[in-house]
Amino acid sequence: MASLIHERAGTGRGQENEQVSELAMRSEPFVLEEPLAPAVLTANQSDVTAARPALVPVVERVYRHRLPVRISHWLNVPILMILIMSGLQIFNAHPALYWGDRSDRDQSLFAIRPMKTESGEMRGITTILGRKFDTTGVLGYSDGRGRAFPAWATVPSAKILAMGRQWHLFFAWLLVVNGLFFTAYALISRHATRDLAPTGKDLRGIGKAVKDHIVLRHPKGEEAKRYNVLQKLAYLVILFVVAPLIILTGLAMSPTIDTAFPWLLTIFGGRQAARTIHFIACFTFVGFIVIHVVEVILTGFFNNIRSMVTGWFVVKHEAGR
Amino acid sequence: MIPHERAMERRQFLKGTLGVAGLVALAGCDNLTQSSWFPSLLSQTEKVTGRVQRAITPANALAKEYGEDDISKVFPANGNTDPGTEAYAEHLANNFSEWTVEVGGLVQTPMSWSLAALKELPSRTQITRHDCVEGWSAIGKWTGVPLGDLMHKVQPLPHAKFAVFHCADVDEDGVPYYESMALVDCYHPQTIMAYELNGTPLDIPHGAPIRLRFERQLGYKQAKYVTKIELVETLSGIAGGKGGYWEDDQGYEWYAGI
Repeated sequence: MASLIHERAGTGRGQENEQVSELAMRSEPFVLEEPLAPAVLTANQSDVTAARPALVPVVERVYRHRLPVRISHWLNVPILMILIMSGLQIFNAHPALYWGDRSDRDQSLFAIRPMKTESGEMRGITTILGRKFDTTGVLGYSDGRGRAFPAWATVPSAKILAMGRQWHLFFAWLLVVNGLFFTAYALISRHATRDLAPTGKDLRGIGKAVKDHIVLRHPKGEEAKRYNVLQKLAYLVILFVVAPLIILTGLAMSPTIDTAFPWLLTIFGGRQAARTIHFIACFTFVGFIVIHVVEVILTGFFNNIRSMVTGWFVVKHEAGR
Repeated sequence: MIPHERAMERRQFLKGTLGVAGLVALAGCDNLTQSSWFPSLLSQTEKVTGRVQRAITPANALAKEYGEDDISKVFPANGNTDPGTEAYAEHLANNFSEWTVEVGGLVQTPMSWSLAALKELPSRTQITRHDCVEGWSAIGKWTGVPLGDLMHKVQPLPHAKFAVFHCADVDEDGVPYYESMALVDCYHPQTIMAYELNGTPLDIPHGAPIRLRFERQLGYKQAKYVTKIELVETLSGIAGGKGGYWEDDQGYEWYAGI
């Protein structure tokens, strides 16, 4: 296998990468385990392309993720998992959502409750805007007990609101600290403007990007070195819209914070509305995580994981280009 | 191996790994919850939260007050909804005419008020939102005596730091309910000893005849059926030492500002 690997960037780095984003700025010769084919070994940089036999795939290593981004990313994995699962534990204590400031039982927008059928059987019923869905086994009734989210989805798994809150509020602080650390880094290092902000060209290509994603066609070669436009927008929305939103709606549920910053209640439309938005933002995170992980798997799981662990990402260039 | 098989194998491996990782993580969380060191680490959070919230919240910032139209039609009652003791039944039969609220502990002048005497004092009426730890909120109109006024009368000693509220309700094992708050919060203008909800004397589920309203914290801090307010320097000598029934018994935070 290794004999097919062709070193491309080599000493030529900086020339062809000048216009490339920060993310792909550094690239390094690929370390080969076996000697290269003689034709390649003897070639000097200027005529690598000329000397390259046709139809040989070219592999380039690029330094894609810098250390602060990698640390912040991996810290988020347990932090978000625990926040989501302990959040579901807290939700289970009053499994209904409302708008406004009050939680009038007959005015819920969303509820997950166990209900007894006429025959005396227990079913889990999820009600969304007045429409009822039987979700027995997962929502409302699972493992022979009435509970909104099932034991496997909550931290702790047993119904212990006090512990759910302890977990949630501890990890909420970690999320805030990690978020501030990342934001400071992304702004100071220009990671946000260089790698995350979409360019005009990106935005013009959004229609094509959507189509490509639908048919699971992903950028290759030079294009794979940067984030694509949908990726950029997803990261920007999650980082700078959904994450602040989830923190602010969390704070809006605090009776003390509401006295310090009464505008929180005003902008979110009341404490119960803030709770509803908090829940929607949570499931936006869940949706993002699912799509993110699926994309990580589809676009080369081991390559992606390595790049988020070591920073180095391998880009395959099509032969002959 | 043909590429297709390889892909299948990889997919199986990924699925298996993710599944096992999920189960291990969940079991790990449960183990941590049951350990002794981890919950005590988690419980440090409330100190940080409490300090930060106190630092950024003006001492007398008021909780939002609502209009009459905002009042909840049904105001749920949680926790103990009836003390159920013989002594309480007797008070109920006497229409609470013998009920007294004693304020003592670390004060210059310990005092005791009958319910009628408390109702004679200047009162405050406020329509505020009650936020239960479970997540629900209800809006009610409370009338009562500002606790700060009572404090000015008894004059706390300089080393008094907390007010402990002793209540008439007991749990199944006979353990009396109690709660506590920082002395400084007793002087908040909306901290009142309430005897009316929505214009009528408190009913039994809501804490008849008198209860605390501590508007900037969660519902479980709002002690019902209050008989005695004791000022102390430390909470460690009282019951389980954590400053409240729910704190001692269930692991709820003493600082319930969030």
